[in-house]
Amino acid sequence: MAVDAHVRDAVAGGSAGRPVRTRSGEPGRGARSLRADGAWPWLFAGPLLIGVAIFYLWPIVQTFWFSFTTWGVFGGAVFSGLTNYAALLSDPQLYQALLNTLIYTLIVLLGVPIAVWLASLLNTPGLRLAQFYRALFFLPYVAMPAAIALVWRIIFNGDFGVLNWFLSLFGISGPYWISTPGFALVAVSIVGLWSSVGFSMIILGAGLKDIPSELYEAARVDGASRWRQFRSITVPLLTPSIFFVLIITTIGSFQLFDLLYAILGSSNPVLPKTMSLVFYFYSTGFIQNDKGLAAAIAMVIFVIIGLITLVQFRAQRRWAQS
Amino acid sequence: MHHTTMRRTRRGALFGIVGAACATLLLAGCAGPGDAGGDAPQTAPVGKDTAATLTYAVWDQNQVAAIKANLEGFNEQYPKIKVNVDVTPWGTYWTKLQTEASSNTLPDLFWMNGPNFQLYASNGKLEPITAEVKAGAIDPANYSKALNDLYTYDDVQYGVPKDFDTIAIWANKSLFEKARVALPTDGWTWDDFQSLSAEISHKLKAQGIYGAAGGMDGQTTYYDTIFQAGGNVISADGKTSEYDTPAAKAGIAFWTDLIASGASPSMAQLTDTGADQWFTSGKLAMYQGGSWFRGALAGSDMEKDVVVIPLPKGQQQATVIHGVANVVAANSTHKAAAQALQAYLAGKQAQQQQGDLGAVIPAFNGTQDAFTKSMPDANLQVFLDAVDYAKPLPISKNTAAWNTLEANLLPSAFDGSQPVDGVLKDLATQMDAALAKE
Repeated sequence: MAVDAHVRDAVAGGSAGRPVRTRSGEPGRGARSLRADGAWPWLFAGPLLIGVAIFYLWPIVQTFWFSFTTWGVFGGAVFSGLTNYAALLSDPQLYQALLNTLIYTLIVLLGVPIAVWLASLLNTPGLRLAQFYRALFFLPYVAMPAAIALVWRIIFNGDFGVLNWFLSLFGISGPYWISTPGFALVAVSIVGLWSSVGFSMIILGAGLKDIPSELYEAARVDGASRWRQFRSITVPLLTPSIFFVLIITTIGSFQLFDLLYAILGSSNPVLPKTMSLVFYFYSTGFIQNDKGLAAAIAMVIFVIIGLITLVQFRAQRRWAQS
Repeated sequence: MHHTTMRRTRRGALFGIVGAACATLLLAGCAGPGDAGGDAPQTAPVGKDTAATLTYAVWDQNQVAAIKANLEGFNEQYPKIKVNVDVTPWGTYWTKLQTEASSNTLPDLFWMNGPNFQLYASNGKLEPITAEVKAGAIDPANYSKALNDLYTYDDVQYGVPKDFDTIAIWANKSLFEKARVALPTDGWTWDDFQSLSAEISHKLKAQGIYGAAGGMDGQTTYYDTIFQAGGNVISADGKTSEYDTPAAKAGIAFWTDLIASGASPSMAQLTDTGADQWFTSGKLAMYQGGSWFRGALAGSDMEKDVVVIPLPKGQQQATVIHGVANVVAANSTHKAAAQALQAYLAGKQAQQQQGDLGAVIPAFNGTQDAFTKSMPDANLQVFLDAVDYAKPLPISKNTAAWNTLEANLLPSAFDGSQPVDGVLKDLATQMDAALAKE
């Protein structure tokens, strides 16, 4: 294709071709000019594309294939048809993990409205120390999940934790957060929400900056309340950013692993009732050495995230139009 | 036939690359194609002139000093064999090793543990020590039988014991004084343990101090009591679970009773704060734990308050023994050199150094005195005496599969939410299914 373009370029004649291209407007010409760029776009995009192909696309293809195989402990995959999927669908742990992941995702998604609210607060004109607050909220996002988890583990400790000490001041005797089924998932979700709000807030803050201040001035002149301004200007114009944050947060939540692993520990008795899909994948593939089944779990996660993202795209189109 | 050709070809290509690398980098210790080419040099004796570069994979950074000292001695005998020590933290050691085993790139010599041993041995990843024993380079009689058995699969021994650990009671003397009860004496029984724990927990309740802690960990808690009850976790042939036997039930009930009586913190409390942490925080009078716990106490403020007591007797006296072994990879390109290193590390001099410098009990009989002297007032001798009545850690080919089942099912017995009988029946059934797949 690149050679093709060069040949055509040469045939068209070097100097004669150029001015034509600068006179854009007709779609035909534009398309031709792109082709005439030859190998250059590919050359620049190449390093990234090769990386994506080798480290993202190829593993997906491989995983898809492996999900139809049964593995020996040290490799040697043998084709086994749909046995992995059959075993997976009849394993109650899959549904438990799916439910846990959904609950976690929903709780973490509560962080998006909170982030919209925080971002608009921080965007208030004339707010002092705005940069400082922004850095403060963003800190959890840049801190290492393992370090965060260790600190929260201490906070959540049933006998000696700060949280239960605080609750005891109000006469509430707190539960064993990280070792009681139900509470453990909530505890992990709280940390997940807390650490994702900062990132969402920065993205939304950038979106807010793009909204022309004249709109607010005009609204104020028309006598719109702050709530009305927020509802009729901020939210609709912020939709692209909100949409982006929703997708990123959902995908990130579906990949919950490190926080769960680090907060609960690998030998916590509540794990079967609390584990996420990715943790289920990890424990199947790397603790129980069943790589074929693990590949099938990975494909299920892949399809679920794909479907949810698709639904979100559809919903956004409708949302943006209304 | 086809296999052999394939391997030769790949090896040929590899030597080409290695040779080129040697030529270009002029690596002094790099073994050229001549040294490792084909099978012949592998059986040839290694000597002063043998040149090779070996990788020795381990997971404990704390032991590197002792290993370096060992390697100095080794290089006096084999000056041209260079050994690179490759430390991978425990959390990723086994995942990495499994990947290496899958691609036939295992380190020449590496640490092996009981739960993983049969997996590697049964898949032909390890080199037996038979030849070294025959040649007199290694004598299994120098190590405890339980350890030799642990690393024997189908009557062939693959690993040489490097160190070992046993289980006993770590007692906090000052808490005993505070509760005004006497320390237990040798020959005490299960009943003594239960009543003593209950008494301490009761007397010191106001301060949040417990007598003992029931745990989630098989090796330090319920495996020991199952053995003490005269039972087993897994049948001798490694094919069936013994969790549905009366002895196993007694061994598990020991802990469920302890927790139910309030003598121990609850399951949830022990998950939030491990039994060892309860002990080091001065909130637990008796911690049933391994000899490796010495590392957490030596040099701490608690050191002078601690004394070790043998485990209480059930139907019989018993403790779990486990230890790390050095194994040679079956596909090592410098097998003879790796075996020379394996044999050297198993010898008395290297083992004595391990004891003097390391945090472990060396496996070679008669080199363990350094360990007991490291905390002279704590009576660490208990851990060495325990070897006489110790049982090897229960394992099978895919130990991890049923270890996961134990971790998933037993908590509902320990926290009292389900009767022990039903849980164990369930566990035995699922474990049998897992064993049948091996």
